[in-house]
Amino acid sequence: MKNDRKRTFLLITIPILALFICFNTIPLIRGVIYSFTNFKGFGNYDWVGFRNYIDLFSDARVGKSYLFTFKLAIVTTIVVNVIALLLALALNSKIRAKSFFRGAYFLPNILGSLVVGYIFNYFFTYILPAVADMMGIRALGTSILSNPSSAWIGIMVVCAWQAIAMNTIIYISGLQTVPEDVYEAGGLDGATGWKQFRYLTFPLIIPFFSINMVLCVKNFLMVFDQIMAMTKGGPAQSTESISYLIYNNGMSGGQFGFQSANAVVFFIVIVVVSVAQMRFSGKKEEQL
Amino acid sequence: MIENKKINKTAMILLILGLITIAFPLYLTIVIAFKQPSEMTNSIGGILSLPKVWSLDNFKEAMRVTDFWHSLRNSLLITLVTVGLSIALHSLMGYALGRNKAHSKFYSFVYLFIVSGMFVPFAILMMPLAKQTAELGLANWFGVIVLYVVFYMPMNILLYSGYLVNIPIALEEAARVDGASTWTTYWKIIFPIMSPMHATVAVLTALAVWNDVMTPLVILAGSDENTLPLAQLNFQTQFGTNYNLAFASYLLSLIPILIFYIICQKQILNGVVNGAVK
Repeated sequence: MKNDRKRTFLLITIPILALFICFNTIPLIRGVIYSFTNFKGFGNYDWVGFRNYIDLFSDARVGKSYLFTFKLAIVTTIVVNVIALLLALALNSKIRAKSFFRGAYFLPNILGSLVVGYIFNYFFTYILPAVADMMGIRALGTSILSNPSSAWIGIMVVCAWQAIAMNTIIYISGLQTVPEDVYEAGGLDGATGWKQFRYLTFPLIIPFFSINMVLCVKNFLMVFDQIMAMTKGGPAQSTESISYLIYNNGMSGGQFGFQSANAVVFFIVIVVVSVAQMRFSGKKEEQL
Repeated sequence: MIENKKINKTAMILLILGLITIAFPLYLTIVIAFKQPSEMTNSIGGILSLPKVWSLDNFKEAMRVTDFWHSLRNSLLITLVTVGLSIALHSLMGYALGRNKAHSKFYSFVYLFIVSGMFVPFAILMMPLAKQTAELGLANWFGVIVLYVVFYMPMNILLYSGYLVNIPIALEEAARVDGASTWTTYWKIIFPIMSPMHATVAVLTALAVWNDVMTPLVILAGSDENTLPLAQLNFQTQFGTNYNLAFASYLLSLIPILIFYIICQKQILNGVVNGAVK
């Protein structure tokens, strides 16, 4: 009987593990191997040692894509969390048609980000300039997506529009874990409004705040669909995210080897950022 | 606490205003999708006014241009098979790892090994995978499904083995005393008990697969196969400046998931929260 149990577990584990290794571990190792070659994606290739990695750090386009991606990730994360927290507080308060509102506010999250990107592309290209014209706002008279210094804001808005939905419901489920008597006790001590939020509510929902931070940063660092739909990295490569650059130049730009090195660095960056975030939020929770 | 029982007016106003930012892009999509190009004057009123006639011509044309039914069939097939396989395989694996990782070095290593796959960005896998799937003859919808089953494995195994902690092992031992094999015990007893987690996994996997662009883009490139999002991307050039046609096509691609959301809203919200908070 004991043997049957052991054998069954092994028979389950081995094939599924093999599948995982075959389509996750092996491509990962192959990616690392390619990063030491000058492979173009076809034909012969030579070993080049660490040259791709050295070139990576002096490549202006790669540097620019990291700057853009991090700027987008940080700003969007802040914007999303502030708005989501406000919305969650509103949705969790005494309101009419609560479930209707909650359902409606989650809607953006289920829509495909590519199509959402196309719709917003049209909005930024035609609607917003027309409205700005009517109101006499000169600065918005042309599409913000066609200007290298403002195109990232367009991307930010689209990313936020979809991500707020997700973060809001996570905050709502956090707020529901706060027992009512905490507020009653706090009310006796004079904690209302901002004070109540700062000293009572927020500390109690810190775990949910951590989840949202980790989710947001990781998703936005990997941003791709929205770029594909709205700017294709332009104008003047000002909105090229790391994923988009790897896809574009690696798959069709003849830089298979070089972009593999970029992908390896990107992988390390993701791991470092995620681990750092978890450490940091772990500490914060301990303190409380 | 009589005060608290009153409707929070500030919150209501904020929420109603906020709703406009959600409704407006959808309104825009609907009115443009139904209009004819001649109705789209350059003024804002021309774009935003309701169409003169609610005609389905744009949709018929968009279906023809983007081969809608074919892409819909591919998307449905890929999503349903991926969800089915994920529930069957990931729950089994979650069970095998969850029951053994506490007392076995091998299983706890396999668990950590697979779960840490969550940190691997698709960007590093996509170039080698494009080559590998082509070599193995998997550059088709079946290959895409295999990849999804692998990509969502870390997350789903984490969820399943986490849920398993709450299921007492005594249940299995009782079945064993009755002479049931581990395999039978799993399918007869453990699998049904895990149904709340199956719902969560199904929702999360289905939403992620249905809307994914990158995997089919990389794997199906060059074949005639499209998924719904991929069709929007591939036919973008054919719409040209006929935005009415383009928006009809966008709306068509959003309708299935909207219907699904309206029917299963509660399950979707629960699933998403469970998945994130666990």
